[in-house]
Amino acid sequence: MRALARAISLVERRDPSTRELFETLGEPRPETEILGLTGAPGTGKSTLADALVAWHRAHGESVAVIACDPNSPFTGGAIFGDRIRMQRHALDPDVFIRSMGARGHLGGLALASREAVRLLSAYGFDRVILETVGVGQSELEVAGVADTTLLVLAPGLGDGVQMIKAGIMEIADVFVVNKADQPGYERTVLEIRSMLNMGPKLPWKPPIVATVASRGEGIDELMEAVARHRAFLVSSGRMEARRLERLKDEAADLVGEWSRKAARRLLEDDDDLAGRLEADKAPYGAAESILKEEGARLVPGQQ
Amino acid sequence: MALRIVMAKLGLDGHDRGVKIVARALRDAGFEVIYTGLRQTPEMVVDAALQEDAQVIGLSIHSGAHMTLIPRVMDVLKEKQAEDLMVFAGGIVPDEDIEKLKKLGVAEVFTPGTPLQEIVDYLRAKFPGETAAV
Ligand SMILES: Nc1nc2c(ncn2[C@@H]2O[C@H](COP(=O)(O)OP(=O)(O)OP(=O)(O)O)[C@@H](O)[C@H]2O)c(=O)[nH]1
Ligand SMILES: [Mg+2]
Repeated sequence: MRALARAISLVERRDPSTRELFETLGEPRPETEILGLTGAPGTGKSTLADALVAWHRAHGESVAVIACDPNSPFTGGAIFGDRIRMQRHALDPDVFIRSMGARGHLGGLALASREAVRLLSAYGFDRVILETVGVGQSELEVAGVADTTLLVLAPGLGDGVQMIKAGIMEIADVFVVNKADQPGYERTVLEIRSMLNMGPKLPWKPPIVATVASRGEGIDELMEAVARHRAFLVSSGRMEARRLERLKDEAADLVGEWSRKAARRLLEDDDDLAGRLEADKAPYGAAESILKEEGARLVPGQQ
Repeated sequence: MALRIVMAKLGLDGHDRGVKIVARALRDAGFEVIYTGLRQTPEMVVDAALQEDAQVIGLSIHSGAHMTLIPRVMDVLKEKQAEDLMVFAGGIVPDEDIEKLKKLGVAEVFTPGTPLQEIVDYLRAKFPGETAAV
């Protein structure tokens, strides 16, 4: 277990030494089901993750939870509190919970969570749950990693459907209206329904499931919706098509990550580049010459 | 890479204001704090620290059970071959007990009223260069 935890740290800090490992491991086992949980702060994602873990354990499946939270953009520090909601699983050897910082590097979280999923799958976990707070880029990155993305909403001010940023509704494969024990949840359901009806007709119509995560209510219905979505992915050929799409995403993200890191270093060290920036008063020439002249040297280990 | 610190409230007393204040100070210093909540057992704390790949465990204890619970944490770390993790504690602990705990491998015990900066400086000195790369 410690080896797994350490490998996740390497992935999290984007250590290039893991390349060989992942070239050996390949993709996650197809049996590993990857569920994304995203939504505004406080809607009950971690409580829901806890309920889902209980559900899977009752069905004899092992589960890993990765909870992604943003680090402070100023200090890099963070407080991760998602584990608090999952304490009852603390000593279960078939449950693994890990907090991961989203350090604000574009594409970095997608790469890190994808590689973490590979590790957890290779380690034998049947299910992986990825929790992300829906306040930035991170939930989009993680949605690309999950097979099924649950968008978690809760009734009440601030979480209203209109409040949700454009581009977020579209990532939902299933809508979860949590805190259905609170007043106003019917209204939230109606708002989502009317919004879905306004949109274009899609081959998958995201179902809306009401839950009370803190009491474990609605979880059977939710998991049934997840199973239906998975069946749709398989029968429509999307599951297979997404495999290659994800690899394409990862390759593009890696190009970005590798070249950004190397470019930063070059721009610090190379006086010619600095001179060029001063002369041009624009970044294009310097960027172009980094890509053209450094080419292969941008790849880690090739300097 | 940010230093990862698992902070937990050991034992049965239900106050976590103090530990949360320390957690915020450590976050503001650029550390990653994983807060596991109230009423933790030594086994739970060690398991969380191993899953989180933390280098440091920070224990808060005010129940008077520090001489049973903290040594138990050290024992569990030994059982799991994880003695390389650093453990510090905060709480009302008499001087003679602090000595005993240090003999058991606890790195430091911060008593109430310790300035937050002192805890931050202590960790920075123990782990130079381990604040986050922003
Ligand atoms: N009434 C009610 N409260 C709930 C329900 N689910 C969660 N909560 C409460 O909502 C609060 C936030 O729950 P979390 O699970 O921490 O929410 P989260 O979305 O993970 O929060 P962040 O990770 O901070 O974004 C907690 O106090 C929960 O106990 C529910 O179904 N009904
Ligand atoms: Mg949470």
